[in-house]
Amino acid sequence: MTHFSFAQVIKGALTGQKHWTPQWPDAQPKAGYDVVIVGAGGHGLGAAYYLAKEHGITNVAVIDKGWLGGGNTGRNTTIIRSNYLYDESARLYDHALDLWENLSTELNYNVMFSKRGVLMLAHNVHDVQSFQRHVHSNRLNGVDNQWLSAKEAKLFCPPLDISPSARYPVLGAALQRRAGTARHDAVAWGYARGAAARGVDIIQNCPVTAIRRGPDGRVTGVETAKGFIAAKKVAVSAAGHTSVVMQTAGVKLPLESYPLQALVSEPVKPVFPCVVMSNSVHAYISQSDKGELVIGSGTDQYVSYSQRGGLPLIEHTLAAICEIFPVFRRMRMMRKWGGIVDVTPDRSAIVGKTPVPGLYVNCGWGTGGFKATPGAAHTFAWTIAKDEPHPINAPFTLERFTTGRLIDEAAAAAVAH
Amino acid sequence: MLLIHCPYCDEPLPELEFAYAGEAHIARPADPSALSDEEWRDFLFIRSNPRGHHFERWRHINGCARFFNAVRETVSDKFLLTYAAGEPRPDLAKLTGGNA
Repeated sequence: MTHFSFAQVIKGALTGQKHWTPQWPDAQPKAGYDVVIVGAGGHGLGAAYYLAKEHGITNVAVIDKGWLGGGNTGRNTTIIRSNYLYDESARLYDHALDLWENLSTELNYNVMFSKRGVLMLAHNVHDVQSFQRHVHSNRLNGVDNQWLSAKEAKLFCPPLDISPSARYPVLGAALQRRAGTARHDAVAWGYARGAAARGVDIIQNCPVTAIRRGPDGRVTGVETAKGFIAAKKVAVSAAGHTSVVMQTAGVKLPLESYPLQALVSEPVKPVFPCVVMSNSVHAYISQSDKGELVIGSGTDQYVSYSQRGGLPLIEHTLAAICEIFPVFRRMRMMRKWGGIVDVTPDRSAIVGKTPVPGLYVNCGWGTGGFKATPGAAHTFAWTIAKDEPHPINAPFTLERFTTGRLIDEAAAAAVAH
Repeated sequence: MLLIHCPYCDEPLPELEFAYAGEAHIARPADPSALSDEEWRDFLFIRSNPRGHHFERWRHINGCARFFNAVRETVSDKFLLTYAAGEPRPDLAKLTGGNA
């Protein structure tokens, strides 16, 4: 693996940039592996990376039906934050945030993590009370979050309209300064490069059609478009398609898949300094380093695998954006797309073991999986390697839907994670 | 935008008039106190979530306000059929000509 450094940049500049080589090989499947990970997004590649690096398990394949990072990893709005209400979530997302802070150094790959701050707007009295509760809960958990008055919010984000006559008046905002954005593709590429350098095979354009189990019930491998691949352990990290894959192993999950849409504007000069989310009106916005405004909305209301989503939602989101930021009323939108997100009844993820021996699942991240990528991958790798929960992912079991110990972020936030 | 045929109003109308109401034909248990924890989990949380034909409830909220059921293909989002609430689950093989 090429080690990127300042000296290497200079050397490349002086030698006509002829030093570039592929960052990871396009592997073909072997007959069998210790661990097969289904889904080469950030979560799956990250799990492979940590399996190889921290647990010494390098006989690993990551298999994807498309190209790596081509699913929700490449479709999200790249927001990273950890100001969740409940203790379990705060620990998991803050663990991810700790890893985000050093991820570029860790991977020797610039994931462009930018701590520009995430501002969550309160538009009514209920929002104010709910967000202040979040701020207090976060502070007790050692998670950075603070309350801003409307004027302070305006100072932090000048394009904001805080006039009392606004359609969506701003009564205040919760600000997590440690939160921000990262370059989503670079996260997948960085993990892929790090994993491949340690011997992990990354197999693209190879749909997994079924998970196979032996007579004792244990997993034996996966059927794919390129034939059967034996595996001692199978870990599924397939986002919106998790329930389809898991059903082939006879595991039913409490998941429903919805399209989640995002869109970008034409690129403009730097105008927007942070990330703003508005849960009440279902819109969030930031500006990418390329200059595009990156805008996200809520999920469509119906179950779908279409990766498109409907226009009414986009219209609703843009109407809200134009009201909150009148300066953007004449911006033109360039592209919109959808990703399929797997939503659990309590809007918290499922990370851990399944009733099938040797089968593990990391799913249910719903609309907010990107921010958790390093934390989820790190603890998931632990669970795969040791066949036991990591202290941080232990509450996020599949059993909680039987025991009733839900982590009800659905009630805490209701929307937009 | 989806065009949804309301079986009561008997015309195709834009998605904006409708509210989605989850998977259809999930019957509340007749004797709730007799259910085990696993059966409660299945009733409350487990959903079929198919990549294919989905039986689902809709409500014509900004119209006649009545609930009805639908069969929709979840990859193309095309509706095969909408029918009044209370009618039995239609035979999928007949609807798709055996290509379900």
